[in-house]
Amino acid sequence: MVSVRPDAVGQPALPAAVRMFRRPARTLWGDAWRRFRKHRLAMAGGAMFLFLTAATIIGPIIYHVPIGAIDFHNARLTPSWAHPFGTNDLGQDMLARCLYGGRISIAVGFAAMLVSITLGTLVGAIAGFFGRTTDHVLMRLTDVFISLPSLPLLLLVLYLYRDGLAKMFGPQLGIFWLIVVVLGGLNWMPTARLVRAGFLAVKEREFMEAARSLGVGPVSQIFRHILPNTLSPVIVSATLSVGTAMIAEATLSFLGLGFPPDIPSWGRLLYDAQNYLDLAPHMALFPGLMICLAVLSINYVGDGLRDALDPRKVS
Amino acid sequence: MTHFIGRRLLHAIPTLVLISMVVFAILALAPGDPLAGFAANPDIPPEVRMNIRHQLGLDDPVYVRYVKWATSFVEGNWGYSFQSHVPADQLIGQRLPTDLAVVGSSYVIAVLFAIPIGVLSAVKQYSIFDQVATTLAFIGFSLPTFFTGILFIIVFSVKLHWLPFIYNTTVTDPVQILKQSVMPVVVLALFTSATLMRFVRSSMLDNVQQDYVRTALAKGLRSGKVIVRHVLRNGLIPVVTLLALGLPAVFTGAVITEQIFRVPGIGSLLITAIQNSDTPVVMCITFVYAILVVVFNIIADVLYGLLDPRIRYG
Repeated sequence: MVSVRPDAVGQPALPAAVRMFRRPARTLWGDAWRRFRKHRLAMAGGAMFLFLTAATIIGPIIYHVPIGAIDFHNARLTPSWAHPFGTNDLGQDMLARCLYGGRISIAVGFAAMLVSITLGTLVGAIAGFFGRTTDHVLMRLTDVFISLPSLPLLLLVLYLYRDGLAKMFGPQLGIFWLIVVVLGGLNWMPTARLVRAGFLAVKEREFMEAARSLGVGPVSQIFRHILPNTLSPVIVSATLSVGTAMIAEATLSFLGLGFPPDIPSWGRLLYDAQNYLDLAPHMALFPGLMICLAVLSINYVGDGLRDALDPRKVS
Repeated sequence: MTHFIGRRLLHAIPTLVLISMVVFAILALAPGDPLAGFAANPDIPPEVRMNIRHQLGLDDPVYVRYVKWATSFVEGNWGYSFQSHVPADQLIGQRLPTDLAVVGSSYVIAVLFAIPIGVLSAVKQYSIFDQVATTLAFIGFSLPTFFTGILFIIVFSVKLHWLPFIYNTTVTDPVQILKQSVMPVVVLALFTSATLMRFVRSSMLDNVQQDYVRTALAKGLRSGKVIVRHVLRNGLIPVVTLLALGLPAVFTGAVITEQIFRVPGIGSLLITAIQNSDTPVVMCITFVYAILVVVFNIIADVLYGLLDPRIRYG
């Protein structure tokens, strides 16, 4: 139980119930954070991911080596003090490219997560709240999307629409948005199902009946009352979907259908390294390790959050 | 049961129709031109190209083209490759044996590893074995196959010279065939077994805590027997469903592995077809993958009903 500090000398002893209120209030999120902190691997994962993100944001500012400077005299150098990650087949510095590429990979991961979570929450909330025909239609739609072969479709859409969007929004932004929207658009289904299930459960509770009888409108019911109660599985699935999206982006770039060579995302760096595995394995190892570290650490964070936010674990 | 299967099959038809519409719409709305190759060819004057377009029905509205494609697909005419002028189904048929061999054996290996490890790690929860196994599984399913593949090539082909890293179908020597399949099969199996093992473990854990296990133990049955005869039989029910559900994903996921090791499977056919704007082949393969997903969904549902007597379909 709660340990109570011994009261200051001279003060009359208070009843236990009153003393209970003296300690700082424990909030829901505070509890979750306390549980999360106990999950050592999740904490390590969080620290690692923060480090990687910070390195990719700050790194290129401190490490002033251009990512595109071609230098054939220094091509395929193994790691050294001058080039900590070595150089690639064109003599470009791999550390600079990895740092810059991390920005893109991590940005894609988060942006795609936002798209899929927003879409999934919206579909799940509408289906769960309104029920009946709306629910039926939306859930059939979800079933269809789950049956879509996502990797082939991703490849197809990227191949077909890449040039058109690159013309419209410029090569960098066009492909970025295309990848983000398509990844998000093919990944929202699990979230929609989770949110719908949560809505169905919460909708029938007494406090919802009270809210309805007070005349609370549907929008307020959804966003103020039900959604906060279904948030924890959504947070976990959001964390895990960052990793999924980063792997998907790397896969696309690795198959040569993602970012062009002048935008070196981690997957693209691996694609470029493929033909030099015998001469310069470090070209593949560093970006590959970065992807693995990032995905592994964020997956551990998701794992820790799953335990921390599990309402059955309230102690 | 037959009634249930029949209803599920009927439900599958609108899903497949919708999927085919989505794929068709993506292809039809794309800015590229399937006859772009002809436009670059000076031997074909623009009038002739227009004529070809007209004859192929490319000037028709989208829905007319869709209906034409769908009817001929149902009739068994899956279109001809623009590139090689071979029927698309024949192209897929050529690649299928390699695909089945690589993907199939990786799946079998994955199951053979995942189930015993998962069971053992659930039975001895929190033991060192369990901790090592779950950590490895976590890493295994976080590592993307393209990185494990590259890592394998660097270690086993480049550094140690043990295994060839290009899959060569002209080889007939069984030892060589075995040697060249080791890496693609292991890479695929690692990823699949990591996912499966986690699932087996959690499903077993759900069952170990049930009352019937305590009853069996209280009656004096040996714990090994209880695990194998009682818990395993119940714990594997969801696993079998997952096995059926996961198979199509392994096929589509193999696209990457096939690309790394140059395995001439359906996945690498898809990649080349996409790069060559070979619309009929792309459409065909994507749709075959979609059919696989839907069919295995039904199989999973039916298996669940067969294995779990608590589930009755009305």
